[in-house]
Amino acid sequence: MSTPLARPKRKNPLVRTRLPLLPQGARSRTAHGLTAAAAEGRFMLQVCKDCGHVPYPPRDACPRCLSAQLAFNDIDPNGRLIAETTIRVSTDPYFRERMPWRVGTIKLDAGPVIVAHLHGDTVEGERVKLALKLDKSGSAVMLALPAQETPHMQADPHLREMTCDPQYRRVLISDGRNAVGQAMAKAFSEAGSSIVFVGIADPWKPFPNQAELSRIERVEIVPLDVTDTESVTEQAAQNGGRIDIIVNTAEHVRPGGVIERGNLNIARDEMDIRYFGMMRLAQAFGPALRFRGADGVNSAAAFVNLLSVHALMNWPAYGANSAAEAACLSAAQCMRAELRPGGVKVLNAFFGPLETEWFQAVPPPKLVPVALAKAVVAALKDGNEDIFVGDIAQDIRERLKTNPKALERELGSH
Amino acid sequence: MATTDLLAFANAVASGAIRVIDLTHTLSPEFPTIVLPPEFGQCAPFRLEQISRYDAKGPAWYWNNFTVGEHTGTHFDAPIHWVSGKDLPDNAVDTIPPQKFIAPAAVLDCSAEAAENPDFILTVDFVERWEAKHGRIAPGSWVLLRTDWSKKSLKDYPGLRDDGAHTPGPSPEMVKWLVEDRDVHGFGTETIGTDAGQAHHFNPPYPAHFYMHGKGRYGLQCLTRLDQLPPKGAVIFAAPLKIKQGSGSPLRVLALVPA
Amino acid sequence: MPRQPTARYSYDGVVACQPVTVPYVRYSPESAAWWIGRALHQLVAQSGLRSQDLDGFSLSSFTVGPDTAIGLTQHLGLSPRWLDHIPLGGASGVVALRRAARAVQAGDAALVACVGADTNHVDSFRKTLSTFSRFAQDAVYPYGSGGPNASFALITRNYMNRFGARREDFGKICVAQRDNALSVPHALIKQKLTIEAYLAARPIADPIHLFDCVMPCAGAEAFLVCREETARAQGWASVRILSTIERHNAFPDDPIQIRGGWAIDAGEFWAMAGVRPDAIDFVETYDDYPVISMLQFEDLGFCGKGEGPDFVRSHTLTNDGSFPHNTSGGQLSLGQAGAGGGYLGLVETIRQLTGAVLGSQVPNAKIGLISGFGMINYDRGLASAAAVLARSA
Repeated sequence: MSTPLARPKRKNPLVRTRLPLLPQGARSRTAHGLTAAAAEGRFMLQVCKDCGHVPYPPRDACPRCLSAQLAFNDIDPNGRLIAETTIRVSTDPYFRERMPWRVGTIKLDAGPVIVAHLHGDTVEGERVKLALKLDKSGSAVMLALPAQETPHMQADPHLREMTCDPQYRRVLISDGRNAVGQAMAKAFSEAGSSIVFVGIADPWKPFPNQAELSRIERVEIVPLDVTDTESVTEQAAQNGGRIDIIVNTAEHVRPGGVIERGNLNIARDEMDIRYFGMMRLAQAFGPALRFRGADGVNSAAAFVNLLSVHALMNWPAYGANSAAEAACLSAAQCMRAELRPGGVKVLNAFFGPLETEWFQAVPPPKLVPVALAKAVVAALKDGNEDIFVGDIAQDIRERLKTNPKALERELGSH
Repeated sequence: MATTDLLAFANAVASGAIRVIDLTHTLSPEFPTIVLPPEFGQCAPFRLEQISRYDAKGPAWYWNNFTVGEHTGTHFDAPIHWVSGKDLPDNAVDTIPPQKFIAPAAVLDCSAEAAENPDFILTVDFVERWEAKHGRIAPGSWVLLRTDWSKKSLKDYPGLRDDGAHTPGPSPEMVKWLVEDRDVHGFGTETIGTDAGQAHHFNPPYPAHFYMHGKGRYGLQCLTRLDQLPPKGAVIFAAPLKIKQGSGSPLRVLALVPA
Repeated sequence: MPRQPTARYSYDGVVACQPVTVPYVRYSPESAAWWIGRALHQLVAQSGLRSQDLDGFSLSSFTVGPDTAIGLTQHLGLSPRWLDHIPLGGASGVVALRRAARAVQAGDAALVACVGADTNHVDSFRKTLSTFSRFAQDAVYPYGSGGPNASFALITRNYMNRFGARREDFGKICVAQRDNALSVPHALIKQKLTIEAYLAARPIADPIHLFDCVMPCAGAEAFLVCREETARAQGWASVRILSTIERHNAFPDDPIQIRGGWAIDAGEFWAMAGVRPDAIDFVETYDDYPVISMLQFEDLGFCGKGEGPDFVRSHTLTNDGSFPHNTSGGQLSLGQAGAGGGYLGLVETIRQLTGAVLGSQVPNAKIGLISGFGMINYDRGLASAAAVLARSA
C-alpha cells in the first residue's frame, strides 16, 4: 500500500540544493517508438504485419519471419509479474542516490517478456498493468502498475519521479484574466497545489469573474504582463525559486489570414503576447526550473503550453494566429531540450476552437475551458508531454497522420 | 526675471524676431543607425505601423504605432548611457533636472577640414584658435561640431568602409580639456556618434562618451543645419523623452537665434 | 528439446597447451593492449617460441576498443595467416578453442595464440555496462542500472521459486570454490568463506548478495593451439579435445532463463566425447553467478532439470571432494578479468590435466569438462559452449 504523500516541509535555506541527475536516455531510433507512445500516454509495441508476432525489446526485423514491417500498435498492457528484485547497488549516479529500486519481469498477455520498473503496490505472482512513462531523461520506460487502482497510488516514489503531479507543488498561471486561466486556477487548486499564483496584467482594467478568482483556495494574484520583459523578470526574481509548474494561459485569438489582415498591428500583438510572451516566461523562469528539477517532493516539474492544434496545420480563417501558434510550438520543442538537463518536462496541450468570445462564430464541436484545464491536470499526473484535447484536436491529429496535404486543403476550404 | 520678459520672448519667437532653427532630422525608416559588431545587441531602426487611416480600422482617425531605439536618428545621450557615468546621480533621461534641457551653444566650424578628411580629429589647438577669434567658450555651453556632414546623401552619411566608419570627431585630449578646463554642458555632432568613426582605436576608446558622460555631461547626435547657427549666441532646447531609466531618446532639437 | 546427435568430425591431431595467466589486479591504469602484450610475452617466453612464429591469433577483450584483433597485429608485431576476434564473453575460451582447432586441423594455421584479456580502469565497469548491447541500452540499463547483478537476480529468484533452491545451496558452491582458491597466489579474494558469512553478506539485488558476485578486475589468460606432433616435438605437455559444442540464443521462448544451449546439444556432446558424465574428473563452469553453475550441472547432464539443488547438497565440490568444481576458485574467488573470465576455466583445465596448476591439483586428473556462458544481451545469457579435454598420452 503506498503511503500517502506528506505535505513537504519548508525548504532549509542553508542546505545545498540537490542537483538534477538523469538516468541514461540513449535509445536506438526504433526504441523511440516507445517514447512517441509514452509522450501521449499510450501503450504500444511493435506488431509484425506479416506474422502477427509481438517482439520486445524493439527491433528491426521480426525474430519469427524476418519481416521489416514492425510498426508500433496499441496493445493490451495486462500481464503477470513473474519475478522481481530490489536493486541496492548501482554504478549509475542517478540510481545510486535513489536506492533501493525495485524492478521485475512481466509476462504480457500479448506475448513478450518485459523488464520494468515496479510500482510499490505490485506483488510478485500477481496480475499487473504496464504503462509507458517518460523518465527524467525524457526517454520511455516501462512501469508495472497494480492491475486495480490502489489507495494513494500517485504517491509511489517511482511514479512521482516520472510524472508532474500538481499535488503539493506551486503553480503559476500566467494570465488569470481569461476563462482558460480561471479554469486552470480552479483545477490546480482542486488538484492539491499548495500555491496557485495567478498573473494579472494591467490591474487598472477590470475583467469578468475577478472576485470569484480571488476567492479560489490558495490562489495568490500577482502582477504579471507577458508583453513586458521587466514585469516577467520581476515576477521571476520574486517567486521563481518557489514555482514548480508554469501554465502559460496568455492568449490572443483573432481571426484573419495573412493577406486578409491588411496590416501588421494585430500580428505584432499576436507575436508579442504568444511567441515573445512565451519566450519571456521561458527566459525568466527557465533557469530556476531547470536548477530545481530534483529539489524534493515539490521539485520543479513542468512548463505547460496551451497551443492551438492549428500550430500543426494552419487554419486560414485564423491563419495569422495559426502561424504565431506554430512559432510557439517550435519554441516549445526547443525548450524541451533546454529543460531536459533538469528533468523538467514541457507539456504541449493542443486544442481546437474554444467556447470563448473570439471563437463565437465557429460552429461546434468546441471545447469548454474547464475540460481543457482538467485534461492538463490529468496529463501532468500521467507525465505525458503531448496531448490532444477535444474532438477537433483529435480529428486534426488523425488526419495529419494519414495525409497532411489533404488536411491542408480541407482547412483551406472553410 | 519678470513675467513680461518671458512673454516678450514668446512674442519674439512668434513674430520671427527670434528665429527657431530645427536641428532635427525627420524620423523615418531610411535614416541610418549605428552598427555594432554582429555579436552585440543592435540599435533598432525607426519603423512605423499604421493602425488606421479614416478606414474600417478607425473611421474618423489616423494614427500609428512606432518602434525605435533610444539612440536612433537625432538623439540625446544621458550619462547613464556609458559605463563611466553609470553611478552618477540624476544620470537618466527621466532624472536629469529639466533646466539642463536649455543651454547656450558654441558652434565650431570644421566643415572645410571635414570635407577634405573624413577622419578629421578636432584638437585643443583648433579650439584655442577658434577662441582667439570668437572668445572663450562660456561654461555650461553645448559645444557643437559643425562638419556639414548632414548634407551628405544617406548612402555616404555613415561613412562605412571595410574597416569601420570614417567620420570626424574629437581627440581624447580635446574632450577631457572641454570638460575640465571649459566646464561644458555637453558635446554635439552632425554624425552618427559624438565620437569619431575610428574612435575605437583611441585611448580611451570613445573618449567623447567616456569623458562627457563620466563627468555627467550630455551628448547630441545626428544634428542638422548647424551651418545656420552663429559661432556663439544660439540657445538650444533639447529635452529628451521622459523614459523610465532611459539612456537617451530621439528628440526635437531647436536652436533659437536672433533674426 | 535435445536434438539427435549428428556425426561430428573429431579433433584428432590437434591439442591445446601452454596455459598462461597474467596475475590479476583490481584496478589497472594500463590499456587492454598492455595486458594482451603481457600474455603473449609470457606465452612466448615459456614456450621458447618467437612471436613471429605465431601464425594464428584469436582475441577476446571488452576494453580493447576502438581496436579489434586486427589493430593488435600491428601493435604487437604479429603477421598471422589466421585471425579471429571473439566477443562472446564467458563462452569466448571454448569458442576460441573450437575455431583454432579446426584451423590447425585444416592446415590454415600451425601455432595459434588464443588470448582473453581486459584492463579495468576505475570507470571501465560502469562504461562497459552502459553501452553493453542495444537491448541493454534500450530495455535494461534504464531500469535501475543494476547491471548483470540485477538481471541475474531475476533469474536466481525465478529459479528459487520454481525449483526450491535455497541461498544455502548457492552458498555451498561459493564456499567450496573459495576453499579451492586458497592456494592460488594471485587470487584477489584470499580469505576463507564460511556459509555463515555468505548468508550474512549485504544484499546487492535481492536475492543476490555480496558473495554471489564476481569482482571485476584487470588480467589476462591465454593458451596455444597446435598439432599434436608439434607439441611432442617441442616437449610441451598438452591436452586433447574429445568434444566441443556451442549454441547461442537457445530457448528464446522461455519467459525467464532456466536452461542454456547445452541442453540442446548435450547428447551430441557426450556421444562425440565417447565418455559419460561420470567419467569426468573435474568440472569448470562459468560462475558469474552460482545459479548459472547449477544450470550447467543440469543442462550438461550431471543431473536433471531442477535437480541442481539436490546435486549440490549431495556432493562435495572441493578439489578433494566427490565433484571437484572450479578447481582454482572460479571467478568468484579469482576475480573476473573481463573476457579473461571466459578463458579462466579452460586455462585451468589445461593446467589440471598437464600438472601445471598454480594452486591445488585434483588427484589423478585425466578428463576435465569446461563450460562457458555469457553475454546478457537483454534478460538472459545468449552464448553457451562446452568442451571435454583429456590429458594427452
